[in-house]
Amino acid sequence: MAYITKSPWLIHYDGSSCNGCDIEVLACLTPMYDVERFGVINTGNPKHADIFLVTGSVNEQNIPVVQQIYEQMPSPKVVVAVGICACSGGVFKDCYNIIGGVDKVIPVDVYVPGCAARPEAIIDGVVKGLGALEKKQKNLDTVLTLEKVAREEAEEYD
Amino acid sequence: MAKRTIIPFGPQHPVLPEPIHLDLVMEDETVVEAIPSIGFIHRGLEKLVEKNEWPEMVYVIERVCGICSFGHGWGYCKTIEGNMGVEVPPRAEYLRTIWAELGRIHSHLLWLGLTADGFGFESLFMHTWKIRETILDIFEETTGGRVIFSICKVGGVRKDISNEKLSEISEIIGNLKVELSELTDVFLNDVSVKNRLVGVGVMTKEEAVEFGAVGPTARASGVDNDVRRDGHGAYGELSFVPIVEAEGDCYARCKVRIREIFQSMNLIRQAVKQIPCGAVSVVVKGNPSGEYVGRMEQPRGEAYYYSKGSGTKFLERIRVRTPTAANIPALVHLLPGCDLADVPMLVLTIDPCISCTER
Amino acid sequence: MIERKDLISDFASIGADELLDAAQDFKGKGYRLGQSCATKIPDGIEVLYSFERDNVIKNLKVTIDDKAPELRSVSAVYGYAFMYENEMHDLFGIKFKDLSLDYGGKFFKIAMETPWNPALVKGGDE
Repeated sequence: MAYITKSPWLIHYDGSSCNGCDIEVLACLTPMYDVERFGVINTGNPKHADIFLVTGSVNEQNIPVVQQIYEQMPSPKVVVAVGICACSGGVFKDCYNIIGGVDKVIPVDVYVPGCAARPEAIIDGVVKGLGALEKKQKNLDTVLTLEKVAREEAEEYD
Repeated sequence: MAKRTIIPFGPQHPVLPEPIHLDLVMEDETVVEAIPSIGFIHRGLEKLVEKNEWPEMVYVIERVCGICSFGHGWGYCKTIEGNMGVEVPPRAEYLRTIWAELGRIHSHLLWLGLTADGFGFESLFMHTWKIRETILDIFEETTGGRVIFSICKVGGVRKDISNEKLSEISEIIGNLKVELSELTDVFLNDVSVKNRLVGVGVMTKEEAVEFGAVGPTARASGVDNDVRRDGHGAYGELSFVPIVEAEGDCYARCKVRIREIFQSMNLIRQAVKQIPCGAVSVVVKGNPSGEYVGRMEQPRGEAYYYSKGSGTKFLERIRVRTPTAANIPALVHLLPGCDLADVPMLVLTIDPCISCTER
Repeated sequence: MIERKDLISDFASIGADELLDAAQDFKGKGYRLGQSCATKIPDGIEVLYSFERDNVIKNLKVTIDDKAPELRSVSAVYGYAFMYENEMHDLFGIKFKDLSLDYGGKFFKIAMETPWNPALVKGGDE
């Protein structure tokens, strides 16, 4: 299943970020950093995505949105929290409308610190995410194989 | 009468990096009414004045928006300086002006790129953002940050730029001018681009005044409104004329921003030539106790900063009124009568910054 | 060298019932409504309206009660004031009469009601 890690597709969601990390995520796509050379494609459709990039912290409003996008993504999937707001709430953690980092709502695999996170750091985070993706894929394969074996055994006894 | 349909636009929409929602009431292909709903990313950061001391609050206000971050930092410092009657050294005012104008170039290039992407010209988007990286490199060399750099403080700036570095910047800007004019030529003269922009979403001068539009959106409709003319920063000593276009359509709004990029380049080169020597900050003693309303010309238009001190380390109130908040009523008025396919263009050409608006 | 107009600071306090006439007066003289915001002060709420013409700002201040804050909307004079007044309604619980476009508290989507006005939150808890 190496092809997922050779060409991971991303989906990006702006929680309640200040735009700083968003424009850096976009800058990753443009000629200076150009993540497409690694086969990374930014998609708008959660069903096509392997990696979920979240910028900005979570507030009351976007809990269901973040959860929905996460649930719509096919397994295996990896969540990368980009920027300090997505990691912990950052400078806004004391605000009345902010709940905190993304990990309050969905499981996060990679934390990318920085305010704003630099494009190099974001690319590094995505690459770290690939490791997690591969591991999850192996686990998934094992589960699928075990299930298959169990099913075949059950069929034999029938 | 044709049957009316309501088409929801946003909050997640491909042309919008940020969430804003519009309910578009349609009759066939034409919009008859638009009802905006915002507030998806309201953080309530103004209330952090109760937890942060005023010298530290500048870090929070800079994060109102990651695109015009320097401008917000300056606006906050300006309102506190006005509140306490602090006189900022002239060199600091010049440096602030240079950074602010660099910020305007970076913001307008970002907008041009997003607009190109909005009308489906992806290679133009890529080229524009490539040029933008040059500006970000200057930021990084002079401040250490690419988009948010906390260089402004109450009483001046944290870091000086050496005169050699300044003339180097001036040279880089000069070279950029040549590269950029090739690109803006496409925006202004390409037939397919003009098809999407000319005559679309016309706002007359009267409407712009009636709906309180600010910044490039207003100037493209012939409203001569530019806060830089009140003489703050170093603007009083630099010569410039606000850029005004009369047509008021999407093309005019695009043209105003393109001409402003060249104007900013010109302002930076003037400032580099005239910058005086001296200190870059003064020591500020005491706590703010009065109140003051300050204004700044951000890349998107006029912004207000209101501060009310309490004589302690904690301010009573800080309020930021951002340019997009003033432009949304104009947008809502513009939309009725346009085609559904033009809605993304109209929304983009006011250059909305939602994280600013909702704070 | 341009004269620095941004250093002028002009604040005036007026009564709540005079606000609409004053706004009308400013509009007649060609002023724009720059911004409007509210501030919680110990014994009430202070509502500030800033008007601008030729780069000079004039501010009007109205003090109202914080237990049952109510004010007449200036959106009849300056149509775009609805943005600021809806915001004040959501953050401070100020009721604006004759608001041209009333979101009914749905302008900002906030986890708690009137976060800036604790007096009203306690009152709302019965």
